[in-house]
Amino acid sequence: MNLTDVIVTSLVALRSNFMRTVLSMLGVIISIAAVITLTAAGSGAQQGVASRIKGLGSNLLFVNPYSATPPGGIAAVLGSGGGTLYYEDEQAIRSANIPGIDETAAQTTTGGAGSLLQVQAISHGVNSSTLLVGAEPSYQYVRDFYVASGRFISQDDLDKKSLSVVLGAEVADNLFGDTNPIGNTIRVFAGVSRQFGVTFSFTVVGVMERKGVTPTGDPDNQIFVPLTTYQTRVPLIRNPRGYTNVTQISIKLTNGSKEQSVKAAVTDVLRRQHSIVNDDDFKVQSQSDVLSTATSVDRTLQVLLVSIAIIALVVGGIGIMNIMLVSVTERTREIGLRQAVGAKTRDILGQFLAEAVTLSLAGGAAGVATGVAVSFLISYFANWSTVVSITAIVSGFVFSGLVGVFFGYYPARKAAFMDPIEALRYE
Amino acid sequence: MIRLRGISKTYRLGAQTVHALRDIDLVINDGEFMAIMGPSGSGKSTLMNIIGCLDRPTSGIYELDGINVARLGDAQLADVRNRRLGFVFQSFNLLPRLNAIDQVAMPLSYRGARNRKKLAIKALNLVGLGSRLHHNPTQLSGGQQQRVAIARAIVGNPTILLADEPTGALDTRTSHDVMEIFRALNEQRGITIAFVTHEHDVAAYTRRIVSLRDGEIVGDEPNVPSYASTPGSPVDTHPHAGSFGQRLLGEAEA
Repeated sequence: MNLTDVIVTSLVALRSNFMRTVLSMLGVIISIAAVITLTAAGSGAQQGVASRIKGLGSNLLFVNPYSATPPGGIAAVLGSGGGTLYYEDEQAIRSANIPGIDETAAQTTTGGAGSLLQVQAISHGVNSSTLLVGAEPSYQYVRDFYVASGRFISQDDLDKKSLSVVLGAEVADNLFGDTNPIGNTIRVFAGVSRQFGVTFSFTVVGVMERKGVTPTGDPDNQIFVPLTTYQTRVPLIRNPRGYTNVTQISIKLTNGSKEQSVKAAVTDVLRRQHSIVNDDDFKVQSQSDVLSTATSVDRTLQVLLVSIAIIALVVGGIGIMNIMLVSVTERTREIGLRQAVGAKTRDILGQFLAEAVTLSLAGGAAGVATGVAVSFLISYFANWSTVVSITAIVSGFVFSGLVGVFFGYYPARKAAFMDPIEALRYE
Repeated sequence: MIRLRGISKTYRLGAQTVHALRDIDLVINDGEFMAIMGPSGSGKSTLMNIIGCLDRPTSGIYELDGINVARLGDAQLADVRNRRLGFVFQSFNLLPRLNAIDQVAMPLSYRGARNRKKLAIKALNLVGLGSRLHHNPTQLSGGQQQRVAIARAIVGNPTILLADEPTGALDTRTSHDVMEIFRALNEQRGITIAFVTHEHDVAAYTRRIVSLRDGEIVGDEPNVPSYASTPGSPVDTHPHAGSFGQRLLGEAEA
């Protein structure tokens, strides 16, 4: 029997029991659809993470305090990672004139999830839980994050330690709604609880553009005050030089600069600055470092989901095997007749194997179609970008075919090795 | 030519040994038209299955056209069934899903033949079913179904046609139709025909009747074919009878 005959024969057999055929394919359909959808959603999320992290500003290095041994005491409570990074460190990096560095910006950040110290922005009785950022004027340029209206923190603000505040878009919405916040006064509370904290009054001088949520935080839910004001007014951690701690230094690189060499140079400067012999008390990370951390979480999740889908595929395969065994039993007489008119063992084997593979491939095709459709619906309605990869589609087909061969073999073998006389006599 | 020498077949039924066939010697020459008769359990069907290469004897030698069948492997046996033999069954054994053409073309698919549809249509015309080509078995009467089965048996140009009670499920009238086709195939095409039956008027169409009892041949008589064995309805005047023969003859001439 040639291949066309085998395929036509199996299609005729499958069509004659349409409902059963569809039901037996369901397991494969669902699992392939799940794989396609999950990988599409996963790579969509990954791509989203990548584009958003790039949206932080191109070619960025981040310096953060870091301790190999977890911080204790007040540092742990404040979540500032040991507080071993200073404004002076930024000055040192600047004065080192490292080639490849365009601009730097130091900042302090207080509040937010994971920190015991909460920050509230208050206006006309409306409270908005937020993040308090002490920033330098260079922040806008370095982070590629600009004011939409009003102005950002200026050098003048820094020098005068003025009580100016720039609101994130979200905070502005929460506190002022449609009215223009610029010129208004807000109160900012920073503390552990209502009873234990401090409150300041700030004048709104600007509102930031809207950026959208990133994997590393919500830039729209922040308020920015001059770094110097922060350091004097919110004196939470004192170091030997005074209140000059910062929580992060962002370094913008020039186009085409060598990330690794800048990283090494910055590390050198900071080691000298901190008189470090052994363990660094800081960490220099590039965007791609942050990116890989963020995506590795996604990948773990994806592996987990895909393994669940593979289990579903195996269950689907068992469903196909089950229906093929029923089919072989039902068609015992047909098998006997085919043997009587000259079908060889391999003809019968091929026929039933082809039926199983057709079943699973059709299931795979339906699964791919469903998966692509669901992915489309997700990105359309849930606003979650999905990327359907060719790899996922091809492997969906290949795996469903393999499932057909694997789970179809036993029933097909059973059919092929029937005794023709008994098969013909079967009622 | 079929030559059986000392063919025996035993089954084990639990602790019991059943002798289905005992030391059968039988020669069927090319072009013969013969019936195998005998009561139930006499071994007719077992003998038919062995001749049809569906079963292997426990002992003895079966030569088909000079080939010792015992030496053939399963695939070669399948090939013998496909090319040299044709089968007709009591219960027709048509596949429910296929139309007449596909039923008849099916054996050809196992030898990878081309123009299978054409050959199938030709075979169906031969048995008088040229107007039922696209009908499914459920749309055909018993006699028509058996004629589809005969077309399927002869589509591959076998030298031997074997039938196990081909008229067992048919009424008298259609039984005679089927026998007319057999007779025409034998006379016009020279196909060797051997079939099992327990109906004497059906066996009367043949030129040789072998009788079996308890697995042994108890009678092997030549027979003078009589075509008017149905009382009161001689086949010569039967509206369908003869016409098959004429159709076959016409086909052979064309």
